[in-house]
Amino acid sequence: MKILVAMKQVPARDSLLRAAPSGLWLDEADLGFEVNEPDAYALEAGLQLRERYGGEVVVATLGPDRAEPALRECLAKGADRAIHIAADSPESFDPLATARLLAAACAPEQPDLILTGLQSDDLGSGQTGVLLAELLGLPHATLVMAIDAENGTLRVKRELEGGWFQHLSMPAPAVLTIQSGISRLRYATLMGIKKARSKEIRRIDAASLGVTPAPGLRLLRLYPPQRAKQTQFLSGSPAQQAAALVDKLKFEARVL
Amino acid sequence: MSGILLITEQNAGSWHRMSFEALGAALQLGTALNLPVHACILGSNVGPLAAEISAYPLAAVIALESGALAEYTADGATSALAWLVDQLQPDYVIAPHTYRARDFAPRLAARFGRSLLADVTGMRLDGPSPVFQRQLFQGKLTADYAFDSPAPNFVSVQAGSFRAVEPAAAGAPVESKTPPAAEIRQKPEPAFQEQGRAVDLTAAERIVAVGRGIREEGNLVLAQELAQALGAELGASRPICDNGWLPMERQVGSSGQTVAPKLYVAVGISGAIQHVVGMKGAACIVAINKDPAAPIFEIADYGIVADLFDAVPALTAALQSS
Ligand SMILES: Cc1cc2nc3c(=O)[nH]c(=O)nc-3n(C[C@H](O)[C@H](O)[C@H](O)COP(=O)(O)OP(=O)(O)OC[C@H]3O[C@@H](n4cnc5c(N)ncnc54)[C@H](O)[C@@H]3O)c2cc1C
Ligand SMILES: Nc1ncnc2c1ncn2[C@@H]1O[C@H](COP(=O)(O)O)[C@@H](O)[C@H]1O
Repeated sequence: MKILVAMKQVPARDSLLRAAPSGLWLDEADLGFEVNEPDAYALEAGLQLRERYGGEVVVATLGPDRAEPALRECLAKGADRAIHIAADSPESFDPLATARLLAAACAPEQPDLILTGLQSDDLGSGQTGVLLAELLGLPHATLVMAIDAENGTLRVKRELEGGWFQHLSMPAPAVLTIQSGISRLRYATLMGIKKARSKEIRRIDAASLGVTPAPGLRLLRLYPPQRAKQTQFLSGSPAQQAAALVDKLKFEARVL
Repeated sequence: MSGILLITEQNAGSWHRMSFEALGAALQLGTALNLPVHACILGSNVGPLAAEISAYPLAAVIALESGALAEYTADGATSALAWLVDQLQPDYVIAPHTYRARDFAPRLAARFGRSLLADVTGMRLDGPSPVFQRQLFQGKLTADYAFDSPAPNFVSVQAGSFRAVEPAAAGAPVESKTPPAAEIRQKPEPAFQEQGRAVDLTAAERIVAVGRGIREEGNLVLAQELAQALGAELGASRPICDNGWLPMERQVGSSGQTVAPKLYVAVGISGAIQHVVGMKGAACIVAINKDPAAPIFEIADYGIVADLFDAVPALTAALQSS
């Protein structure tokens, strides 16, 4: 089974985010980056399928040069090889343009299964995987939490709203978008990190893929969110904050 | 047609409540742009729902019906709706940002060479053209977006962002349409819930919810002690349940419980929208977070900006001695 995992590198979770002066993206100075968390789960799902059914796991990303360590990390966890679709400002592509570039680079691989995260932590469009399926003419399922792949048929467990689930079958090849919690994530071992150094990262220049950007979504401006409520912030030492809060909860909000 | 096509959502004859928020958004955009709004309902035997929604100020209601649509599938919904969009040629297609819309709406938009503008939280006019807002970076920043692409353009709206509207007894005409048969590759099985629940968070008067800020399973005891001092149930954000530190029945949010206690104390929770939709109905929200810019403070009544490892034991002690 040949499994392709689409992985995006995103700003690290606890970083302080500031809009760049252009208002069109972040100020990337002093910013850390990491593998998009749902994509780590997609990779884990891919590695477990390879352990069960044999085959190969290929990781693909569309990103600038700084995305390479994220690919190395996936290789260290056990992916066999990687494809780096290189572009300087990938955030300027809208979801369909992103999916077109990924589709163009990945179609020649003819994977049996494509796994993506269900959503990126930065742009959060929640659609790249579904778009890939449409562009490649493949069936798809979203919010997938478990995968069986016997005899060319996929049977997946998907999450519905409010604690409900559903099983769904479809023929392979297909695209699945993976929900977090599918299983525990593995760490890269020292051996894995060593091996990753000699694994292939094939670099493809995004501009060479013949995808002409069509007019679509345009980001006009990034800014801090507005508050819906006027939060009362409590000041002082931890003990003072706690005492003030207890007082407020008792006599102002009357919930104690 | 020039106008707006609203895609509603129903399941076995019951509305998804977000249909009415999306209806609110569609009517707001329709008023702003002076465009009529058509609502469509997808399924089989949706006549009663069509009659119900025809009481809203709509230009028309379309019951898009066939046996193949009785059970939702991505292929079935995409091809039926693509057929309808092709027939109607609307300027905008609006859907609620439900799990189901996540599943088919990007595919529908791509069939027309468009990206979906997903998860919109607001809109305004900039001259003649609409500008839409959505959250980026898990709610830490907001972004304005516009469409450069010609019609049709596709938008989904986030839960809790647009007010559901009241019916106006306008009596919109209802039209039934049958889409052509399509190849459906997904074979769905009936929906199910995991084993019975031991706690019912929806009935809790007070909840202390713990998030990734707690760092390690062993630290959960801090939140447990606070919950005990408050007479509260313990809830959690998704990553805590994903890690197996607490059972999934304690997860609050779009894929877990929707709760509305008198008091909700969010400890080390950032306030991502999927969590917030599950708890913003709480009467009083307290947030404890070391990051003053955490989105949870946008909806908190009381905020403590501090390291939770200092703030939580102090609060527990204050409650115990009061
Ligand atoms: C389709 C879908 C469905 C989802 N369903 C749900 C759902 O039902 N429920 C849910 O919760 N999530 C859900 N999520 C995930 C959601 O998007 C967020 O990823 C999640 O809620 C984040 O959890 P968190 O706030 O605990 O972690 P983080 O976002 O990592 O936040 C941790 C917070 O802790 C603070 N912190 C860290 N250390 C300290 C300290 N020492 N003291 C004080 N504060 C500290 C940080 O400042 C940060 O704000 C869903 C996502 C998707 C895409
Ligand atoms: N630039 C990218 N490179 C590789 N994969 C991506 C990229 N953008 C999105 N994806 C994949 O698509 C998923 C959904 O992203 P999004 O549609 O941006 O929410 C992510 O979890 C990734 O698996």
